[in-house]
Amino acid sequence: MKAFLKYREIWLLAAIVVLIGLISTRFPAFADAGNLRQVFNDTSILMILALGQMVVILTRSIDLSMASNLCFTGMVVAMLNAAHPAIPIPLLIVIALAVGLVLGAINGLLVWRLNIPSIVVTLGTLTIYRGATFVLSGGAWVNADKMSPDFIGFQRAAFLGIPVLSLIAILVIGLFFVLMTRTALGRSIYAIGVNPTASVYTGIDVGRTKFIVFCISGMIGGLCGYLWISRYVIASVEVANGYELNIIAACVIGGISIAGGIGSVGGAVLGALFLGIISNALPVINISPFWQMAISGSAIILAVVLNARGERQQGRIILRKVEAA
Amino acid sequence: MTDVPAPRHIPDRLDKPLSSAIFSWEALLVVVAIAIFAINTFASPYFLDPYSLSDLTFNFTEKGLIAFAMALLIISGEIDLSVAAIIALASTMMGMAVQAGAGTPVLVLIGIVVGLGCGAFNGLLVTRLGLPSIVVTIGTMSLFRGIAFIILGDQAYKGYPESFAFFGQGYVWWVVSFELVLFLIAAVVYWFMLHRTSFGRRVFAIGNNPVAAQFSGVRVGRIKFILFCLTGLMSGIASVLITSRLGSTRPSIAQGYELEVITMVVLGGVSILGGAGSILGVVLAAFIMGLVTFGLGLLNVPGIVMSIFIGLLLIIVIALPIVWRRLRGRRLA
Repeated sequence: MKAFLKYREIWLLAAIVVLIGLISTRFPAFADAGNLRQVFNDTSILMILALGQMVVILTRSIDLSMASNLCFTGMVVAMLNAAHPAIPIPLLIVIALAVGLVLGAINGLLVWRLNIPSIVVTLGTLTIYRGATFVLSGGAWVNADKMSPDFIGFQRAAFLGIPVLSLIAILVIGLFFVLMTRTALGRSIYAIGVNPTASVYTGIDVGRTKFIVFCISGMIGGLCGYLWISRYVIASVEVANGYELNIIAACVIGGISIAGGIGSVGGAVLGALFLGIISNALPVINISPFWQMAISGSAIILAVVLNARGERQQGRIILRKVEAA
Repeated sequence: MTDVPAPRHIPDRLDKPLSSAIFSWEALLVVVAIAIFAINTFASPYFLDPYSLSDLTFNFTEKGLIAFAMALLIISGEIDLSVAAIIALASTMMGMAVQAGAGTPVLVLIGIVVGLGCGAFNGLLVTRLGLPSIVVTIGTMSLFRGIAFIILGDQAYKGYPESFAFFGQGYVWWVVSFELVLFLIAAVVYWFMLHRTSFGRRVFAIGNNPVAAQFSGVRVGRIKFILFCLTGLMSGIASVLITSRLGSTRPSIAQGYELEVITMVVLGGVSILGGAGSILGVVLAAFIMGLVTFGLGLLNVPGIVMSIFIGLLLIIVIALPIVWRRLRGRRLA
């Protein structure tokens, strides 16, 4: 199984290398180390979000409210910063994580305690959180001139020659790798996705674990709220509108099965990178950015066709059918 | 000496006591609708007016048309997130046809055929290749709207013929709009299809247990394919209505409609897990959503704040029966 998983990520990696190769035939400077680092930095937020979504999808759930959570939390930290510029950035990040955690916990509680399907809960909170952003801000924007230099500069500062934003992404990737491969929680998350009934019999509290994954995706949404606002230096109700589908797209391209139980940290990261490379490459090879949507749509369909093939070879579909019967 | 048991009469449907009708989902929705109607009447003096009420219907007719087909699709255990993107693509195609000088009948035909084609594409991917519909339609959602963006970019199509405006702006009689009439006809057609035909029974059977349905001789793949085509078809019709009402096409047309349509369906009591639901519930949910958005609009509440109410309504209406059942269970124990 493990060898097989590695196999899939290697294919995705190969696809990315081919993609970069194709782009560099039209625009050679794209494959420069410096530019690739820039692409990584540009994609950092999507990668972090995809990891948060991944743990939710692995448990056969979905979190459609991540982008709205990002929008709300981003507005909270931006307004805090505008009102009290003295608050140090690390504290603001902790606040962002806490606000995100609360929003995620609301999703998690509704899924855990009331047994409402996650797609319904997060469909509701998707609109509620974005609406709450409007109520909070009164429809006003927080512009760059109201943000403190530290607020904007923190993620742009370089540490050992790497921007802090990229470092945060690397740190989060590392944490998720440890979580998914070295902890009991990570094993439970996979177990619930593969077979929730069997997980109950092995002593896993399915409801509580789902609550925890929603808390995780909430915290990730909150963290990215700060990162997004300080990167694009504007906080408004429209921030990341519709972005929840990009996050899910990154997961799907990364080989994470929407039916749960299959997927890896590497896959989510590569899936996000794939989308990031496309959006960075289109302008430099003179293709109108209006093509991006159709290209990522095709990539999603292609990825899901290929993934379904792989899953069928494993005989997983048959297992799932027996379970459903 | 074997006792042959007397042939038992197995009723076609279970007798429903009155109490179950009173506590049914539809009854809950009727109460909610009446409450919102009453609140609206008190809150704004302009609400209780035939012309206001007529305007109100435009809030839900287009989404409601799609919601009927989506209800059947969700009952069968699938979902289609690409409906709003189908609207955008069909509208773009109609816009192109207008530039080429097409007349109203051709435009309507194009809208419907493009919708049907997109639905069939989704259906083929899901049923032929056995892919999960939620992922497929996230993909086609980007693809369809992406094509609209490639064709239009930041431009817009205008100049639709005057006769074309009837579908989205015309009135059949007094304050009864063409859209409302179409909505009611579709409601009756879908109600009949789901609750009075063997096709409808099969849709429920598939949603409850696709494997058992397959073994009972239900052609699961074919029925799901038909449902995807129907959803595409209704999206195409909705596209004609919206394009006609707005009189222009931008690639961002109907953005976010898919979530509103699904909210409508779920609010109408259709189980998101498949296997249960009714068209009456969806009709009521459509009215409720129309009442909420229009009533708040009269009070000058911005659209984004209305969405909070819709979101809360969705969660509360779903959570209420669960909490209620749990409380009652606790009291008995």
